[in-house]
Amino acid sequence: MTGKEERLRTNVAIIKTEHLSHLYSAGTPFEKAAIEDVSVEIEPGEFIGVIGHTGSGKSTLIQHFNGLLQPTSGKIYVDGKDIWDEKNKKNIRDVRFQVGLVFQYPEYQLFEETVYKDIAFGPGNMGLSKEEIHTRVMEAMDFVGLKGKYAEKSPFDLSGGQKRRVAIAGVIAMRPKVLILDEPTAGLDPKGRDKILGQIREYHQQTGSTVLLVSHSMEDIAKYAEKVLVMNHAKVFDYDTVERVFSKNEELTRMGLSVPQVSKVFHQLRAAGYPVSENVYTVDQAEADILRLLKAKGGAGRA
Amino acid sequence: MLRDITIGQYFPGKSVIHRMDPRMKLILSIAYIVMLFCVGNEAGFLIPVIFLIAAIWISKIPFIMVLKGVKPILPLIIFTAVLNIFFVTGEPLVKLGFITITVDGIIVALKMVIRIIFLIMGTSLLTYTTSPIALTDAIEQLLRPLNKIHFPVHEMAMMMTIALRFIPTLIEETDKIMSAQKARGADMESGGLMQRAKALVPILIPLFISAFRRAEELALAMECRCYRGGEGRTRMRQLHYSSLDWYGAAVMAVCFAGVILLNIFVPAFV
Amino acid sequence: MKDLILAEHLHFEYVREEEENILVLNDIDVSIHQGEFVAILGHNGSGKSTLAKHFNAVLLPTSGRVLVDGVDTADQEHLFDIRQKVGMVFQNPDNQIVATIVEEDVAFALENLGVEPEEIRRRVDEALKTVDMYEFKEHAPHQLSGGQKQRIAIAGVIAMRPECVVLDEPTAMLDPKGRREVLRTVMELNRDYGTTVALITHYMDEAVHADRVIVVDHGDVVITGTPREIFSQVEKMKELGLDVPQVTELCYRLKQEGAPVPDDVITEDECTAALEQLLA
Repeated sequence: MTGKEERLRTNVAIIKTEHLSHLYSAGTPFEKAAIEDVSVEIEPGEFIGVIGHTGSGKSTLIQHFNGLLQPTSGKIYVDGKDIWDEKNKKNIRDVRFQVGLVFQYPEYQLFEETVYKDIAFGPGNMGLSKEEIHTRVMEAMDFVGLKGKYAEKSPFDLSGGQKRRVAIAGVIAMRPKVLILDEPTAGLDPKGRDKILGQIREYHQQTGSTVLLVSHSMEDIAKYAEKVLVMNHAKVFDYDTVERVFSKNEELTRMGLSVPQVSKVFHQLRAAGYPVSENVYTVDQAEADILRLLKAKGGAGRA
Repeated sequence: MLRDITIGQYFPGKSVIHRMDPRMKLILSIAYIVMLFCVGNEAGFLIPVIFLIAAIWISKIPFIMVLKGVKPILPLIIFTAVLNIFFVTGEPLVKLGFITITVDGIIVALKMVIRIIFLIMGTSLLTYTTSPIALTDAIEQLLRPLNKIHFPVHEMAMMMTIALRFIPTLIEETDKIMSAQKARGADMESGGLMQRAKALVPILIPLFISAFRRAEELALAMECRCYRGGEGRTRMRQLHYSSLDWYGAAVMAVCFAGVILLNIFVPAFV
Repeated sequence: MKDLILAEHLHFEYVREEEENILVLNDIDVSIHQGEFVAILGHNGSGKSTLAKHFNAVLLPTSGRVLVDGVDTADQEHLFDIRQKVGMVFQNPDNQIVATIVEEDVAFALENLGVEPEEIRRRVDEALKTVDMYEFKEHAPHQLSGGQKQRIAIAGVIAMRPECVVLDEPTAMLDPKGRREVLRTVMELNRDYGTTVALITHYMDEAVHADRVIVVDHGDVVITGTPREIFSQVEKMKELGLDVPQVTELCYRLKQEGAPVPDDVITEDECTAALEQLLA
């Protein structure tokens, strides 16, 4: 952990925004701010959860991170470079290779005849050599747990969960410094959800790249992320460690986010005067905390 | 950017024109177009022109909006006008080398321009004041006699309804797929014609697949809601002609009579 | 209580050309009683959607039979009676709305059934009020949120006045707010209007509200019982690739550790009460 903190301190932000705003239908009576005055810094190697209700601006924000949307005002730096600067503007496509974005329901963008070719689309657009593309496709397929035999299959013959993993591999294969996933588990069953999130964590740990995970599930975010960015009404409501953000339980509930069941239970327990800890979102944390209290009480424990 | 496109623009309102039965509006629009082409002399144009301006004024649709409908076909209008000016023979007005411009040419061209512009404005007024679904209903009902010759009137109307329903959905979808492929470095803005056409493949294939999937699911949902074609089907919304419609028809009849009378009694210029 | 839907030895395979048929449902016996709220669980590919599609004759059994209110679904003569009696709502709200105006869409089924215009008007208004979408009746569907669209789809079905509504993962594509809206609507439908509900879902917090849970795996019904009975089998549920509510899992684990907590906790309040007792 200390080694990591050191690394965080010495590196410049991989993504940094300054007073970023984006207006839709600017200059018309329908003008509406999708994001307003957003200033955040994302350090290399972090795993960040992004939450916010539908329409809070989180989707608009992440599309600024890879240069798909151009801000109405404000600046955005990727790896220290102002991406909309006059001289960088022409190479906006390069930003997309550095910051890989996996959209919601990404399986609906598959189009090639084989899984291999589809994953190779991104690296191919980067103008890499055949050998390099091959290495990357294989590596990406490994990360998402698709064995070699899938390479020559048609992506349309796969199951829903597999299709989605092919689509994620298509972005990983570009070896982006930052990987952003917009609700990668939407519509999956619990098993499929755990599998994909597990693979994303593995990818994060092995490559050390920055990961942004957009999710409605505070449970998932509590399980996987180190920091949380909360969007609300086009603005950043909070951007801090998981512990500190989720301690604002009531405010988050009021925003229409669903707080994990155990957090609600622990909240009730605290309100009733029990010395349970404040920051509990996962069953693991809850179990450990209750056992700690039981031990302190000197009773139960392992009977 | 795709989201800005609006198709079958409709401006909801409560004016007399809005409240007319869509069938009558459709019939009157057709009669109006016929009238435009029946006009035989210059003075006669005053009638359809005044008729339309009055209709626009009553509908409370901004005049500029109606004019905007003409914009896309402006090149066509200019083209026909130029053709007429240069190629209609008659008494020469100006002679420039091999080009002769005749008075007749100018008059014919002017008539043509007025006809096309007012035709477009008239149909724009129809779509601006009638919701697409009402228009579909009107077409279905007016074409109903064609059922006798086994023309699938109901199916056609259902197709129109579904198309109208899915246009916004598919536009949004196209937008999303384009963004997703751009995020994988797809380059859609540069290169020659061939390259650009090739760049469309990653967009069109997912779009088609998704459209088919939607069609399949929609068909299933329709089946579950007891859809079985037009036979025995009733409609919640019933169309009724009101006195308003007969009033409109009467005005149109008077205008038409006026045009015919002018044609007979007032000699044309050309 | 009367069986509204009854499947007996239900067997279903997808027929494929040149390849072996795929067995999807294997000898299922299941019934849904009049007025109950049943949740159907199972991981993707377990066959639960296929099962649901047999409830209103969208699919017909390869062998065995399904009775809806005593009528065999294979009986083509009663096809539309069956579909009117058992309405169906699907996952993707966008792909089940036919018309460009909300109220026209709700009227769709009634128009197909040849109901008189005034009666359609009455029932459409009533259905829209039931799902709390009356003020949106003149909106275009694409202006609505996912949860609102799904409620319109429900209105379009309940306008037929069905005895039973089958919902195939209606909340899978919705955000938490939309999920809450739809779940509330479904629960009200069952509680206040007595409509029988079969809800297929991945979300255990939705299944908790059901009277009975049916778990499907590999094309067969593996467990049925009250949510309490089902979720207390934590190990079994995990084996089947399903979740249990967080609170159930917490109490289960604490019990494993030897703490004296009940093992059939399924709601937050029960969990709080159990823990209070434990820590007191």
